[in-house]
This record gives sequence, C-alpha cells and structure tokens, in this order.
Amino acid sequence: MSDRRRLTGLHVDLLARARRSARVRAYVLTGGRTRTQQVLLVETFVSARPGVEPASALGPEAGAIFAFCRSRRTVAEIANALRLPLGVVRVLLGDLERKGLILIHPDADSVPRRELLERVLRGLSDPRTV
Amino acid sequence: MDFPTRVPSDSAGAGVEAAQLHPGALSAKIVVAGGFGVGKTTLVGSVSEIPVVGTEAMMTEISGPVDDTRKIPGKHATTVAMDFGRITIDPGLALYLFGTPGQDRFWFLWDDLVRGALAAIVLADTRRLADCFPAVNYFEARGDVPFLVAVNLFDGMRTHTADAVREALDLPASIPLVLCDARQPKSVRATLRAVIKHALDTLPA
Ligand SMILES: Nc1nc2c(ncn2[C@@H]2O[C@H](COP(=O)(O)OP(=O)(O)OP(=O)(O)O)[C@@H](O)[C@H]2O)c(=O)[nH]1
Ligand SMILES: [Mg+2]
Repeated sequence: MSDRRRLTGLHVDLLARARRSARVRAYVLTGGRTRTQQVLLVETFVSARPGVEPASALGPEAGAIFAFCRSRRTVAEIANALRLPLGVVRVLLGDLERKGLILIHPDADSVPRRELLERVLRGLSDPRTV
Repeated sequence: MDFPTRVPSDSAGAGVEAAQLHPGALSAKIVVAGGFGVGKTTLVGSVSEIPVVGTEAMMTEISGPVDDTRKIPGKHATTVAMDFGRITIDPGLALYLFGTPGQDRFWFLWDDLVRGALAAIVLADTRRLADCFPAVNYFEARGDVPFLVAVNLFDGMRTHTADAVREALDLPASIPLVLCDARQPKSVRATLRAVIKHALDTLPA
C-alpha cells in the first residue's frame, strides 16, 4: 500500500476492521456448510428439488426460502427478497440441502479459470449480448 | 445529475432467464467497488438484464454480533440489500456484477461479495479521488483478485489525464487505469472486457 494512500485522513483499513469481526465471519463460514461442503457464494444458484416436499413443517424463514426457490435463485437474491442477513440465508440453505429439499448448483470454479475468463470475454464482445 | 438507474426495457426477469439460460448454467461474478456515490449502481444498471436494487433499498436491522449459530439471528444482524445485475454470457453462464455498498458501515459485506470473484473494478471520481483509496487498498492487500481502476467521467470531460490520476492514486504500473462512462453500456462493457483481459494477463501460468 502506498504512503499517500496510507496517510490520507479518509483512509479506512477494511482488512483490519474485517479481522475485528472474526466472530461474525466465523459464524458465516462455518454456519453455511452444506452436505457436500459446497461454498455458497452470493452468486451461487440454488433451486428446490423438483417434486420434493418437506417431510415436516419448516420454520417460517426456511419455508419462505424453499418456496422462493421454486425458481432458480442466487443466494443474494434470496437475502434481498426475504430481507434476511446473508449468514442466515447460508445456514438455512445448508439445512434445506441436508434435508434433500434444494439443489445447490456448482459455481463456475468447475471450469478452468483461463477457459472461463476467455468465455466471459467472448460473451462480452458478442454483439448479441449488448 | 439526477437520472434514474437504468433498467433496460427488454428486461423481463424470469422470462429472460427461462429463455436464455440453461437449467445447469454456471454463475460467476465481477465486483464493482469504490466510494460513496461514485456511480457503482449506475455502472451495473447500464449493462444489466435485470433491475438493480440500488442503495436506496438498503435497510438495517439492529446491528450487533451474531453469536448463536442455531437461533435465527435476524433480529441482531444487519441486513443489507445487495446491489447486483446480470449479463448472460452464453446459455450456460451468467455473469453477475456486484456493487459494494459505498457506506463504510457496510464494510463487513466486502469479503462476502468479493469471495470467488473473477475480477474487480474500482470506480473513481476525480473530484473525490481519495474516496477510492480504501477500495484500492483492499484489493491490493488481498492480492488474489485482479482489479483495475476505472475513472468515471461524470461530465464526459477528461479534465484529468489518466496519468495524473494514476500519480494521485500512487497506482503501481501493474494495475491498469481506464476511463469509463458509467451511464454508457458500450463504455461499461469495454471496462468489463479490460478487467477480464487483465485477469487473463495476470493468470499464473
Ligand atoms: N452526471 C453524471 N452523474 C452520474 C454518473 N454516474 C452516476 N451519476 C449520478 O451520481 C449519483 C450516484 O450514482 P450511483 O450509481 O447511485 O452511485 P453508487 O456508487 O452506486 O452510490 P452508493 O451505492 O450510494 O455508494 C446518482 O445520482 C447518479 O445518477 C455520471 O457518469 N455522470
Ligand atoms: Mg449504489
């Protein structure tokens, strides 16, 4: 980090502040574990398993998430629509997944990074997507 | 100064998704960071197929530490509406653009938004250059997300040359600096391509 940026009065050390919130983040990271240890990124797609219904009543938040995921949704979309903190959404999605009620779709990391970037570049250059 | 965040008229939410994206489609993201009111939401809205939430929809509940993982801590945790848009790259890949919240009190979301990102754009306003320092510092310190600085040309005038801005930011030569008009889809797409090219250039062999 350069001195000029370090010395500015407006400088905020986001990383140091994030470290102080380790407790919250630890919760976020451990709470959202899924059966398959899949990471729930904000852009990860999830959807209700077609034709599956909960065996027992879900809590209100989990029920709302399950209903909302009848269509494929991103984690961020769920948090926004249901006005739930991201960490809570992750925990509840992990529970729903363990119950076999939802599918967590693989993220783009399943594609080698170079291939993925080249594909994005092609898509961004394609006039059809303008 | 006052124009609404653009929502393309052809955006049809789920309809667009159903028509263009395969059921097994993958998702990836680029993060758009920068200071308060620098044009992040505008940039995302310029190219998004879906409406962008925008900061006015942000809301908070009582904030405080979350310490019981099994109770629903909704009443004690902060909720922030995330700001994002989407570009369908091809039927098998959706690219999401996530704007970081500009207000410092939402800093805790950054790690979450950035995790897994292909690349990041730090948007800067030449009238308030120092506002982008935290974002530049953040990505420089992380070191794992390729990023560039895009100067938002608020009035379409290049009042500052790129070199002057680079010097003011103490930006190392390894980090690209581009000019961008957040309101222009063409310009935003060029900026997105520039940061993806940078990510390709800096990819470990
Ligand atoms: N004239 C002009 N106004 C712009 C431009 N970009 C953004 N604005 C305006 O600047 C204001 C802030 O833009 P936003 O896109 O909401 O900025 P932001 O970075 O998302 O703001 P926060 O999320 O609140 O930090 C809005 O009133 C926009 O209409 C630009 O290129 N030119
Ligand atoms: Mg915004």
